[in-house]
Amino acid sequence: MKYLKNRSTLKLFSKKCTGCSTCTEVCPHRVIVMRDKKAFIQDINACMECGACEINCAVDAIFVDAGVGCASAIITGMLNNTEPICGCSDNSLNGGCC
Amino acid sequence: MKESEIVKNPSQNECGCTQMQNSSCCSGEDNNIKSLKWIIGNVNTPLGPVKKISGDWSRKDSLEQIKSRISSFRMNYTVDPGLYAIGDPDENSDIFVSSNYKLSFDILRKELHGLNAWIIVLDTKGINVWCAAGKGTFGTKELISKIKQSRIANIVRHKKIIVPQLGAPGIDSPQVKRITGFRILFGPVRASDIKEYIHNGYKATEVMRTVKFTMWDRFILTPMELIPVFKKLPLFALIIFILFGLTPAGIIFKSALLKGSPYLIALLAAALAGAFLTPVLLPYIPFRSFSIKGWIMGIVTIGAIKFSTPLFNFNSPLLTIALFVFFPLLSSYIALQFTGASTYTNISGVKREIKIGLPFYISGTIASLVIIIFYKLFQWSIL
Repeated sequence: MKYLKNRSTLKLFSKKCTGCSTCTEVCPHRVIVMRDKKAFIQDINACMECGACEINCAVDAIFVDAGVGCASAIITGMLNNTEPICGCSDNSLNGGCC
Repeated sequence: MKESEIVKNPSQNECGCTQMQNSSCCSGEDNNIKSLKWIIGNVNTPLGPVKKISGDWSRKDSLEQIKSRISSFRMNYTVDPGLYAIGDPDENSDIFVSSNYKLSFDILRKELHGLNAWIIVLDTKGINVWCAAGKGTFGTKELISKIKQSRIANIVRHKKIIVPQLGAPGIDSPQVKRITGFRILFGPVRASDIKEYIHNGYKATEVMRTVKFTMWDRFILTPMELIPVFKKLPLFALIIFILFGLTPAGIIFKSALLKGSPYLIALLAAALAGAFLTPVLLPYIPFRSFSIKGWIMGIVTIGAIKFSTPLFNFNSPLLTIALFVFFPLLSSYIALQFTGASTYTNISGVKREIKIGLPFYISGTIASLVIIIFYKLFQWSIL
C-alpha cells in the first residue's frame, strides 16, 4: 500500500552520513536502505513522515517535516487555528481528576 | 544540557491529549487499586521489591481488550507507569519499554510470558506506543526520567534497553545514551516477534521491522471509525426529516417519513461505505487518495441501493442528482478520516487531500441543499 506520490518532505544529506544504519532500522516502511556504506532513500513514496529516522540520526543527516498523517487532527487544528490536534481525548471522561 | 532541550523533535504537532494528562495525574489512587490480578507478587532487588506481573491474561483482561477496541473505554485504560518484573529477572535480564495504555502493556506481558525480564512503563497518558511517539509523550525526556526514577542502572549490570521500534519517532537514542549511558536497541514492530528477535541475537529481520496493514488489522479498527460517525447521524437524519417534511402547511411528519426514508437509507449506506467498506477494502479500491477511494465506494454503494429497490424511483430527477452529489462526498469525507488510523499516510499528503477535498465537500453540500430547495419549490408549484 502506497500513499500519494512525491509528497514526503524527507531529505537525506549523504555527505553527513556516517553509515551507522540506525535510520534503516527505525523506518517502519523500508524507505531508507544502505548503499555503499551510506544511507540511501530507495522509496520516498513509502515515507509516512513519522520522523523516526530524523530524531535517531546522530549526525543530523536527515530532515523530515514530521507529523501524524491524520485528517481529523489536521481539520481540528484548522478549525482552532492551531497545529494538528489529535482527538485522542474524550471530554466526557475527564471528570473530577484530583 | 537543559531538560527542555532533551527532546530534540518529538513531532511538530501539538497533539496534546490534554484531557488524558489530567486524568492520569492521580494514577495509582483511582483505577488501579481494585483487583489487579496481573500483579502476582514482588521480585526482590537490592533497591527493594519490584512488582511482579503475570504473563497470562485473565478473562477480565480479554474482555477489557474487546471493550477498548470498540468503545471509549480505551480513553481511561491505563496502568501505573514505572518498573515491573516478569518471571524472575536478575542483574543480567533484558529491559523492555512499554506505554501505559493497558492494552499495549498486556500484549507485551503476554508475549514475554516465559522470559525473565524488566519492563519500564512510560507515562504516555494511556496512549499506545506509536501514537504516543508521534505526540512525543513516548519520548526521550520521559524515557530518561523513568530510567533515572526506576534506578534500573543499579539493578542490572548491562547497559542496553529494548524499545519497541514504533517508539522510535519519539526517542532520540543518541541523546538517551549520552545522558543515561544506556544504549537503545530498537526491537521488532510486533511484540509477537520478541522471542525470535532475542533468539536472533537481538537482530530484527526486515519483516520484523516493517509495518503491515492487513485486512484483519483494518477490520478491527472499523468500530472506532463507525462510532463517531453514528454519533453524528441523528443530526443528519433530523436535517433530512426537516427538509422532506417541510410543506407550505408546516412540517408534516408523514411526508417526512415517506419522502425522507430513501435519503435516510442512503445516509446509512454512505456512512458504512466510508467508515467500513473503504477501510476494509482499502488496497483493492483504485487510486491512492483516501478521499477518492471513499468517493468511489460511496458512488458504488449509493448506485447499488438506488438500482436495487423501487424506493429510489423518485418523481423528480433533482432528487436523484442530489442523492449522487451529496452521499458519495459524505463517504469520501468519512473515509478521509481513516488516514489517522492507517499505518502509511503522511501529513503532507493528508494536508493536500484536505486542501483539494474541502472545496468539493463544501460546494457539494451547498449544491445538494440548493437542489433540494428547488425540488421543494417545484413541488409547491412556486416555480
